Amino acid sequence: MIIRKLTILSAIISLFTVSAATAGTLDTVKGQGFFNCGVSQGVPGFSNPDSDGNWSGIDVDVCRAVSAAIFGTPDNVKYVPLTAKERFTALQSGEIDVLSRNTTWTLSRDAQIGLEFAGVNFYDGQGFMVRSDSGITSAMELDGASVCTNLGTTTELNMADFFRANGMSYEPVVFEKADEVVNAYDEGRCDTYTTDKSGLAAQRTKLADPDAHVVLPETISKEPLGPVVREGDGDWADIVRWSLNAMIEAEEFGLDKGSASSTCATTGNPVVARLCGKEGGNGAALNLGDSWSYDIISQVGNYGDIYEANVGANTPVGLARAGSPNASYKNGGVLYAPPAR
Amino acid sequence: MQDRNLSLSNILFNRSIQGIFYQIVTLGLVILAIIYIVDNTARNMVARGLASGFHFLGVEAQFDIQMTLIEYSPTSTYFDSFIVGLLNTLLVAGLGIFVATIVGFAVGIARLSSNWLIAKLAEAYIEILRNIPLLLQIFFWYFAVLRALPKPKQSLEFADSFFLNNRGLFIPDPVFGEGGTLILYSFIAAILISIGIAVWSKQRQNTTGQTFPVFYSSIGLLISFVFLSMLATGFPVTFDYPELKGFNFKGGIKLIPELVALTFALSMYTASFIAEVVRAGIQAVSLGQTEAARSLGLNPNQILRLVIIPQALRVIVPPLTNQYLNLTKNSSLAAAIAYPDLVLVFAGTALMQTGQAIEIIGMVMGVYLFLSLMTSIIMNLFNRFMRVAER
Amino acid sequence: MNTEIKDSIEVTKPPIASIGIIGWLRKNLFSSWSNTILTLLGIYILYSIIPSFISWAFIDASFVGSTKQECSKEGACWIFIKENLKLIFYGLYPSEELWRINSMYFVLLVCGIYILIPNLKYKGWVGSFLLILFPILSVVMFSGGFGLETVETRLWGGLFLTLVIAGVGIVLSLPIGVMLALGRRSKLPVVSLLSTIFIEIWRGVPLITVLFMASNMFPLFMPEGVNFDKLIRALIGVMFFSAAYLAEVVRGGLQAMPKGQYEAAQAMGLSYWRMMALVILPQSLKMVIPAIIGSFIAIFKDTTLVLVIGLFDFLGIIQFVGTNPDWLGFSHEGYVFAAVIFWIFCFGMSRYSQNLEKKLDTGR
Repeated sequence: MIIRKLTILSAIISLFTVSAATAGTLDTVKGQGFFNCGVSQGVPGFSNPDSDGNWSGIDVDVCRAVSAAIFGTPDNVKYVPLTAKERFTALQSGEIDVLSRNTTWTLSRDAQIGLEFAGVNFYDGQGFMVRSDSGITSAMELDGASVCTNLGTTTELNMADFFRANGMSYEPVVFEKADEVVNAYDEGRCDTYTTDKSGLAAQRTKLADPDAHVVLPETISKEPLGPVVREGDGDWADIVRWSLNAMIEAEEFGLDKGSASSTCATTGNPVVARLCGKEGGNGAALNLGDSWSYDIISQVGNYGDIYEANVGANTPVGLARAGSPNASYKNGGVLYAPPAR
Repeated sequence: MQDRNLSLSNILFNRSIQGIFYQIVTLGLVILAIIYIVDNTARNMVARGLASGFHFLGVEAQFDIQMTLIEYSPTSTYFDSFIVGLLNTLLVAGLGIFVATIVGFAVGIARLSSNWLIAKLAEAYIEILRNIPLLLQIFFWYFAVLRALPKPKQSLEFADSFFLNNRGLFIPDPVFGEGGTLILYSFIAAILISIGIAVWSKQRQNTTGQTFPVFYSSIGLLISFVFLSMLATGFPVTFDYPELKGFNFKGGIKLIPELVALTFALSMYTASFIAEVVRAGIQAVSLGQTEAARSLGLNPNQILRLVIIPQALRVIVPPLTNQYLNLTKNSSLAAAIAYPDLVLVFAGTALMQTGQAIEIIGMVMGVYLFLSLMTSIIMNLFNRFMRVAER
Repeated sequence: MNTEIKDSIEVTKPPIASIGIIGWLRKNLFSSWSNTILTLLGIYILYSIIPSFISWAFIDASFVGSTKQECSKEGACWIFIKENLKLIFYGLYPSEELWRINSMYFVLLVCGIYILIPNLKYKGWVGSFLLILFPILSVVMFSGGFGLETVETRLWGGLFLTLVIAGVGIVLSLPIGVMLALGRRSKLPVVSLLSTIFIEIWRGVPLITVLFMASNMFPLFMPEGVNFDKLIRALIGVMFFSAAYLAEVVRGGLQAMPKGQYEAAQAMGLSYWRMMALVILPQSLKMVIPAIIGSFIAIFKDTTLVLVIGLFDFLGIIQFVGTNPDWLGFSHEGYVFAAVIFWIFCFGMSRYSQNLEKKLDTGR
């Protein structure tokens, strides 16, 4: 009864309040001229600020791609650094519009807590890092170990599963911020540090002596990492999903950042022409301009470009792409974008 | 008076009308604001497909917790994780309050010491610690502790049964065998008898003025009872000694470095405030009291114990309670250094896993609010009790 | 007569052991066995802390250079602080816009000194400038507008951000705290009850949960699309939190006012607000000045908690700088530096409050 009365009352009140509830995220974003992208507080190669506050990384490039698709420039993004614990609440509440923060796609996250995953920009798996001088060569030798990890990640659950499945005991030491995990591990609080292997490679660059640590060969989980949006706004999810797919498909068809303009000018391939925005009407379908995918490729790059620039073998993170799941499906990986048509 | 009331009745009437009007307006605005927020939240939650309600509490939590005072495994429910976090919070708060009280009283009394050096040291302690943010002190101590302690294999050890390393402090865990309950009973009996002696001695002092050494006799009773009962049952207590197995020590009781650092930082910080409270309390007792007590022939120890402290306590207790509450709330900073308290476990991992921010933050805030209100109520009762004892 | 006496009586000097350094030592340090033991203990504590700290912080420390390789292993590496000074003091604020912050610092400093110098005219004007115009000017100067380039609050950081949060918290929480205290003491039951509930709720919960709500859950409570800057939300959280604490302090002062003051004011025919503004509040606030400044110090220290919600305040930026691969392993230097700066501010405030207390003491 009371609730019903309250609802009626509130309905009356809401008549007097200016409501923007009907506008979708895309309209709001177009109106304000930028969108908010949730990123990490600093994972080299994925999302990391330099000392002037400029963000870079493969996760950041997803947001830049979305910005390029909507605004024609990759820079209309405000980056909001979030801890793992804050990220979903921030997305749910509307504090951010896209979460691109090495977030694992799982059923419960997708179905239960009001999130929608828009794709995968990095295929990863959880691993363990130990000190070289500990003599450990396999994760199966970790019985009784103290394990440092980050709060609020799938890592925490996988770790529990792994040790339980193998009948081993362990001591979880869970920190709120990634930097604190690294610091504590470096100070010897833990025998091993576990997170996604890409994260291990990235965080290793932050250790006092990176060469004194090794990553164990076992991968104990699947960690498909990708951008996330709020549930219930399909148009917005489409834009994020196809911005990512456009980068993957561009690589498959040989369109890269450097040669985009010349290739587009001369191409006879209809798939490429669609990506260049010369044919098709993909833009209209997404409520974007026709050049949306061309803007992404020419200003941010294709998937290969952003991979090599941020986490590839020639970067401090140094994750070789060949032979990993992140290689294109044509090269034995699992990277495969649905056709943009 | 009557006349004035009559002549002013008009205004008075207006005033009370005004008062009622203002109150209705205020109440209305507050209710509208609450409805507005609730309505917005409900709409937003529906629009974003967020779950609501407390069903999640019965769901399997799937994560591990570093330190649990009750039985807990990844198959336990979220509600269990809530209890684990709550108990850990209470543990660190309890330990912190205990240590902070001792250190605080010691420093506060030292601050008034006739010994110049000790008084200055106490002052320096107070002025340095209370003017530096607690979070900074927690970080500092945690990483200072970690850096200073050795690896498990090079543990500092004492009598082959106490070990200290950067995984924590390991001490033997007493295991009570058959007849162990007798020891417990004799312990309780000793306490009861001591209380009886205290009551009897108080009565005797009131009637005859003679005193009885209650404190020492109680200690003697406790020790002899426990020892005799152990003798009678043939020492059924064995110890589970910590042993180095693989990476870490197994067995025994383990105090994790996070708990040690947090307790240390919380209690050292709060002690600097308690010391000031204690000093103000003692200084509030007028010098005449000491002089009067001295002229009655009490010795300095008796003066402090029977005259100064009881009167100072009346001034000390209310702000002291505030400090205890502050310490409890400050223990929520545990999350910064991986101590699995309520905020880290429940408002951290559980919140992330379930995504039910409103329910979880509500529960966590509710717990702290409850603790704080309970403490205020107990303290009000205590104050009333003290006041009755006064006259 | 007098001279005769002086000449005839030999003036006995006090025994050598009761005057001068030795006498002082005996009286203050070695008056009894227990005192001697305490003194020795004190000396031991000093001996075990001070020399090693001095050699770490000064003698073995490195001051000159620009990379971590130039730091000695034994001592502190102050180069770390020196090289990151801009970040530590201003966060990510654009370098070419720093003059805006600095000039406001300068204005603040000049006004502050003016107020602190005794016996100058127009202090009231300077004070109200600081409290009313200065904050407005600061908003424009710091965030931009009126021809100045916009600087987003996410770029604010370091000591600057700490001062902004503490400043806003301090300036705004006092009036709100006074209103809440008056509300709680009000004779109108609804007003009193609401104020009490408000105060007790804010005082009963930890600040980090408040900040978490402000930073991550706030948009959930608002209609879609309505949102404020994250910093503003954090500021509101800090403001209400400290206002609730201040309200209790002010209430203590109100309660300590003798009833005669109220009655006298009412007898003069003053209305409620005039009575409060002209008679009661000035006296009762004066009584609780030390406690009010104590609350300000608490706000200042509590600003460090904003690092938990991802704002890079003074402590947050020091941690952030410490994770830069070029400067790993210097967290202790960072923490010590932060501790010293915080200590200077807080200790300064507490000393100022003691002075003020003495100056305002009208001899009750």
